Amino acid sequence: MSETIGMIFIVIGIGFDFFGCIGLIRLPDLYLRLMATAKCVTLGTCSLMFGIFLINGFTAVGIKALLCAVFLLLTSPVSAHALSRAAHKSGVKLCDESVCDEYEKDKN
Amino acid sequence: MKSRIVLFIIAMLVWLILSWSLDWQHLLVGSLASLLVAFLTGDLFTANPYKFAHPHRYLWLMLYIPVLMWEMVKANIDLAYRILHPRLPIRPGIIKVKTKLKSESGLTFLANSITLKPGMTSVDVDQENGYIYVHCVNIKDTDPARATEIIIKRLENILERVFD
Repeated sequence: MSETIGMIFIVIGIGFDFFGCIGLIRLPDLYLRLMATAKCVTLGTCSLMFGIFLINGFTAVGIKALLCAVFLLLTSPVSAHALSRAAHKSGVKLCDESVCDEYEKDKN
Repeated sequence: MKSRIVLFIIAMLVWLILSWSLDWQHLLVGSLASLLVAFLTGDLFTANPYKFAHPHRYLWLMLYIPVLMWEMVKANIDLAYRILHPRLPIRPGIIKVKTKLKSESGLTFLANSITLKPGMTSVDVDQENGYIYVHCVNIKDTDPARATEIIIKRLENILERVFD
């Protein structure tokens, strides 16, 4: 039973990873692409890890997979934030559809 | 010194979960590694170690995790819809929201959670005035007060009880 549920989680995870990759190609500028990779890929990979945990249960492999998911949740947003801040500081423009940029206004 | 002891306990716990055995060799290596980590980086870890002794903070953290998970699932479905839509229905831009959190770890958690929420990335934090600059994929309102209401109210109220 838990094996079937684990498989379902793994399939959902692969699906979200796939959407993240499509977003990386389709979205127009750096910030939106970062967003797609940071978000879809984080939840996708966490779901994969959770599926592995469900299949293996409380063994060495299952616990390590769970711990991997926790570390990913802690580190992935930090890297996305650091990259977007560095990009804005070094002058990468937002795409043309953008509505407003408060950060640029407050910097001056 | 207190901060080093707290860090040692946390590092040892992570090691025990990671190795998942109570063999004496694992325990020896783990305690040596945790001692080294606690000795080298203990003073960077937390400014106020007494906060770790309040049990109600852990209870609120337990409540925070499912709320954040639910937000993340919504974020991903929303973003997947926008990505797969043929005309890309996005209204991107950077807005600023006001936060009432003061502690550094609280702000860090809030900024990280925003990055995991529906279509948003936190770009910068202004700790003195309490502003967070958020890059948002679908802006509903550019006014700071209303944007705060929409984006961070729920998470902020729980985080305030955990960290401040």
